[in-house]
Amino acid sequence: MNRTGLAARGTGPRTGGPPRPGTTWRARLARDKVLLLMAAPGMILLLLFQYVPLAGNVIAFQGYLPFLPFGQSPWVGFDNFAVIINGDPAFLNALRNTLVLTLVQVVLVFPAPIALALLMNSMLSERLKRAVQSVLYLPHFLSWVIVVAVFQQVLGGAGLINNLLREHGGETLSIIGNSDLFVALLTSQVIWKDTGWATILFLAALSQIDASLYEAARVDGASRWRQLWHVTLPGIRGIVILLLILRLGDSLTVGFEQIILQQDGVGLAASEVLDTYVYNNGIVGGQWGVAAAVGLVKGVVGVLLVLGANKIAHLFGENGVYKS
Amino acid sequence: MTATTPGTRPGTESDAGNGTPQTLRRRTRPLDAPGIPARALKGVVLLVFCAAVILPFVGIVSTSLADRAQVSGAGGFVLFPTSPSLDAYRTIFAGGVVTRAMAVSVGVTLVGTAVSLVVSTLLAYALSQQGSFGQKPMLMLVLLSLLFTPGLIPSYLVVKELGLLDSYWALILPTALSAFNVIVLRAFFMGIPPELIDAARIDGAGHLTIFARIVLPLSKAVLAVIGLFYAVGYWNSFFAALLYLNDTAKWPLQLVLRTYVINNAEISAADLGSAVDALPPQPSIQMAILVVTIVPILVVYPFLQRHFAKGVLTGAVKG
Repeated sequence: MNRTGLAARGTGPRTGGPPRPGTTWRARLARDKVLLLMAAPGMILLLLFQYVPLAGNVIAFQGYLPFLPFGQSPWVGFDNFAVIINGDPAFLNALRNTLVLTLVQVVLVFPAPIALALLMNSMLSERLKRAVQSVLYLPHFLSWVIVVAVFQQVLGGAGLINNLLREHGGETLSIIGNSDLFVALLTSQVIWKDTGWATILFLAALSQIDASLYEAARVDGASRWRQLWHVTLPGIRGIVILLLILRLGDSLTVGFEQIILQQDGVGLAASEVLDTYVYNNGIVGGQWGVAAAVGLVKGVVGVLLVLGANKIAHLFGENGVYKS
Repeated sequence: MTATTPGTRPGTESDAGNGTPQTLRRRTRPLDAPGIPARALKGVVLLVFCAAVILPFVGIVSTSLADRAQVSGAGGFVLFPTSPSLDAYRTIFAGGVVTRAMAVSVGVTLVGTAVSLVVSTLLAYALSQQGSFGQKPMLMLVLLSLLFTPGLIPSYLVVKELGLLDSYWALILPTALSAFNVIVLRAFFMGIPPELIDAARIDGAGHLTIFARIVLPLSKAVLAVIGLFYAVGYWNSFFAALLYLNDTAKWPLQLVLRTYVINNAEISAADLGSAVDALPPQPSIQMAILVVTIVPILVVYPFLQRHFAKGVLTGAVKG
């Protein structure tokens, strides 16, 4: 490439650095029009499918009529929120199921990848560790339809385990479609699908821990358990808190596709959560305004939970999702 | 324990250099070597985990290959086929509902991935040019969209108002842009040495030329990974089709899987476009449908696996 005499002339597009004083916005617009055109398709998609629906939440305050043009439906104030305010039984049931699932997932599902990552990290053979990782990451890439189908084939009435039990004259187990075991079933599916994948971040955090800390601990005579307690766990504290905050922000979101796929067999009493309530009442049932109101409250509570959890993290001297 | 070739001890640097990022490759051995019982216990726990992932697939593939006598003998699910046959696969590819759904899924995945890649890379490049007109507010909009989920009902109504119901575009456009992927791509583009770009600029290249001739060729690896992530998303997409496609003739594979496997609907010769009435046993057909849905994922998985840890980490740090 000819690299002589290129110091002074700059004839191509000029961007980068702060705008020089005296450059008008018109001049900058003209200068950057190609970049704006490049950004346009993506920004249009973002506005159409992220921000317009956000504004579209106004139908929560309308008696939405699908056959009228958008925005022409009558305003009804907070009428749609009545199901929430009056504690409609179907809504309360969905809320209760959601909170139960959230609690179970924070207590059982969240720590699982941390434990698995610690186990994998302490493995001595690097090659074996890679092989285990390859296997355990895989289910993350399967769709919920596949995961649910696989579980049915293994645990269902005509499934693998019941066949084995029948062959050996045992009692068959009714797991699929049993409303009492639904929470356990959902939880085991989530663990099966995503525990391996979720170890990635913890493994990365573990590999960042300074090895000299372990040597210092050993010199001080710390046992392996004390090293785990005083070096390893503090070393991944930041990422654990970060992920916990993000999980809290999603705490009203509990396995929508997963539940929709299995709702028929167990009935609404056991399986309805806020997301399925919105789907069943809005899109299936045609109560657009009510469903949108529930969805809006859920979204707002989610954002508030993230912000609140982040605040608490700051109070404890952690970075959280963003710095204050 | 694994058999190792002479001269390579497990856990040494011998298996370095196969694509894992530096930080992950570096072996820190924090803890003192544990005793035999502890190691055995660990091995058992991990073996159980791995078996729980692998064994169901063995059963699924076996059942799809088993013949009628064996399936009815086993009561539905077979662990080892005694006389394997490909009849179930021949039947589902005879031109009926599964064949059509397969074509829909492949089409949506290819078109969707192409659209997503073009739109995302263009936007990521524009956002990587700091100080350009509107760059900061646009970046802010992309970042903020990660915090808010738009809500099911308004999203549905937007798709409806745009006239996309019962159109394949409804499976593509609403999810075409992933803000997360744009941020990963932007971070990668910003890491390209500015000298390269300056040199091209001085030679008179505009943004489009720089983008197409310098930035994209240097980003093949990250483009492949992001492309695969998009492709897996389109291939797996189930709920969008359930929401937006009322016309069952347009259903992709995931919905066919739900209908005939999860909901256990009887699949007839007419559905499958099969000339003969003597179909292979239902469980074999169901498992064959499940297998054709899984296989594409298994094919791209090694490519994904080589790079994803790095991509996920970049995203996690920048996002």
